Amino acid sequence: MLDYREAGLAPDDLKEMYRTMHLARRLDERMWLLNRAGKLPFVISCQGQEATQVGAGYALDTTVDVISPYYRDLALVTHFGMTAEETMLFAFAKKGDVSSGGKQMPSHFSKKSNNIMTQGSCVATQVLHAVGASFKFKMDDEKRVALTTLGEGSSNQGDFHEGLNFVGVHKLPFICIIENNKYAISVPVELQYGADKLSDRAIGYGMHGEHIDGNDPIAVYKAVKEARERAMNGEGGTLIEAMSTRLTAHSSDDDDSYREKGELKEEDCLMRFKAYIKEHEVADDEWFETLEAEAKKIVTDATKAAENAPYPDAREALTHVYEGVNNG
Amino acid sequence: MAKTSYLQAIHQALDYEMGKDDSVFVLGEDVGKKGGVFKVTEGLQEKYGEMRCLDTPLAESNIVGTSIGAAMMGKRPVAEIQFAEYILPATNQILNEAAKIRYRSNNDWNCPMVIRSPFGGGIHGALYHSQSIETIFTSTPGLKVVVPSTPSDAKGLLISAIRDNDPVLFFEHKKAYRLLKEDVPEGEYTVPIGKADVKREGDDITVITYGLCVNYAMQAAERLSKKGYETEILDLRTIYPLDKESIIEAASKTGKVLLVTEDNLEGSVMSEVSAIVGENCLYDLDAPIMRLAGPDVPAMPYSPPMEDFFMINPDKIEAKMMELAEH
Repeated sequence: MLDYREAGLAPDDLKEMYRTMHLARRLDERMWLLNRAGKLPFVISCQGQEATQVGAGYALDTTVDVISPYYRDLALVTHFGMTAEETMLFAFAKKGDVSSGGKQMPSHFSKKSNNIMTQGSCVATQVLHAVGASFKFKMDDEKRVALTTLGEGSSNQGDFHEGLNFVGVHKLPFICIIENNKYAISVPVELQYGADKLSDRAIGYGMHGEHIDGNDPIAVYKAVKEARERAMNGEGGTLIEAMSTRLTAHSSDDDDSYREKGELKEEDCLMRFKAYIKEHEVADDEWFETLEAEAKKIVTDATKAAENAPYPDAREALTHVYEGVNNG
Repeated sequence: MAKTSYLQAIHQALDYEMGKDDSVFVLGEDVGKKGGVFKVTEGLQEKYGEMRCLDTPLAESNIVGTSIGAAMMGKRPVAEIQFAEYILPATNQILNEAAKIRYRSNNDWNCPMVIRSPFGGGIHGALYHSQSIETIFTSTPGLKVVVPSTPSDAKGLLISAIRDNDPVLFFEHKKAYRLLKEDVPEGEYTVPIGKADVKREGDDITVITYGLCVNYAMQAAERLSKKGYETEILDLRTIYPLDKESIIEAASKTGKVLLVTEDNLEGSVMSEVSAIVGENCLYDLDAPIMRLAGPDVPAMPYSPPMEDFFMINPDKIEAKMMELAEH
């Protein structure tokens, strides 16, 4: 892992980054338990990709920058201000779900007040929304950046190519992170693309490209920090390929039978970061134990609140079709 | 005073809104330096700059998708898709994204954007420059689909579309661009989206249509008037969501209804209008609902006789009107 001082981070930054990664992991794990207990119909995971997500989020200015995330980005949106309770309300499809009011499947994150753009399920469409946001920032000469994320599978979609090409033409303040977890559901990278590195595609778009260890939050932080600086200096967009790990099956409806078990745990970014923090004497066991207890309480409280919350009224299915107009 | 063409009226609407509201910008293929392949956006780049009248790369999904992103951040993009057929690569962004932004975020985000595109035939455009593709979009709640039939409506509806806080598809009949001319109100002028318009009053039969066919129906109605039959003509103007009230009123008034569209017959906008009339006006009808539309072939052929065979014209409408009037 990269030396945190080299990336300009302080010990407290590492603790803060770990805290968010850890909370997202525990929320995610709880949702799987709730799914297996028959309480949640569906879970799609961030597990194994928290380092990429929090490393990236930590390098942004959450007060002005905008993210157009994808469905694995629980840790990223948690960093941007999605609360544990909001995540659980969404998972349970209860009233008070800020992302969609109970309309969308879980993990289709959205929260305008925290600069999180709404997303659909058709992959890579969100790339163009971030491109459009960054075009707005350039038009209005605003010092902000739009960041989008997607899996390596989605990077084969036309919207990815069309959008990054446009970013290259106008040198937009834009960052794209491919969270390359090496599987598009069951299809391995060998059957997804012929390139050595997806970051090499950046050359074709006329932008900066970087291939990094996505299991190292410090490396991700450094790459995104530099990408943001380039964007602010008018040097255009960046394509980052963060080599990452999907620790779970694609979703709760997938059995993961198409790949070997066991080897993945070695690439667990949370365990790796914990070892790094201890090794550098940034925090001791007591700190981790306290954090564990805190997270457990946060997750349990959020779960209880969501379980106890009412469902939306059935007729809310008709709301917000157009401004001030409900349908049906 | 010189009459204003349908094309000039659209240009005036864009110019007026861009002058009035800095958040409005135009983007599309060839819209900037060239001023559009039909010259609708001519001079706008000189007046408002390269960013606000932007020549985009040739990639329709990008045009629409980036418009959505900019709209979500507070802009009012007016995207031009050069020909209606070319909108198909962008349908995922329109149907799955733009149409659902407000609904799926439970009113947190919205998407105030307009997509303009020339459609329709009669200009030797063959299969891929003549289509009426509107029905791809007229069953998607969250979208509004507008088709103006006159220069004044084109101006007023486009200004309303740009000011609308939801996505609006604005289809312009390309044969109407230079064919239709009239006095158009200067400056501020809006026409409400979602309201059909009675373009001609009559007691004998009712024609419901939209786009260029409104003009053709008006011509046919004048001829029919000389033969003793007066035609009520309802211009839908907004083809999604439909103005059910006006449709029911117009159909009930005469009890004889002819529905006209240049689109293929089966599954056209008129299929839905027919259902509305059938559900609501059965006891007011004095004849079966009649429809006049393009044939159910993939698209309009190039060779003139075949193109004429496909196209709606005043003669075809008049013949159908007469048949209905005498029923």
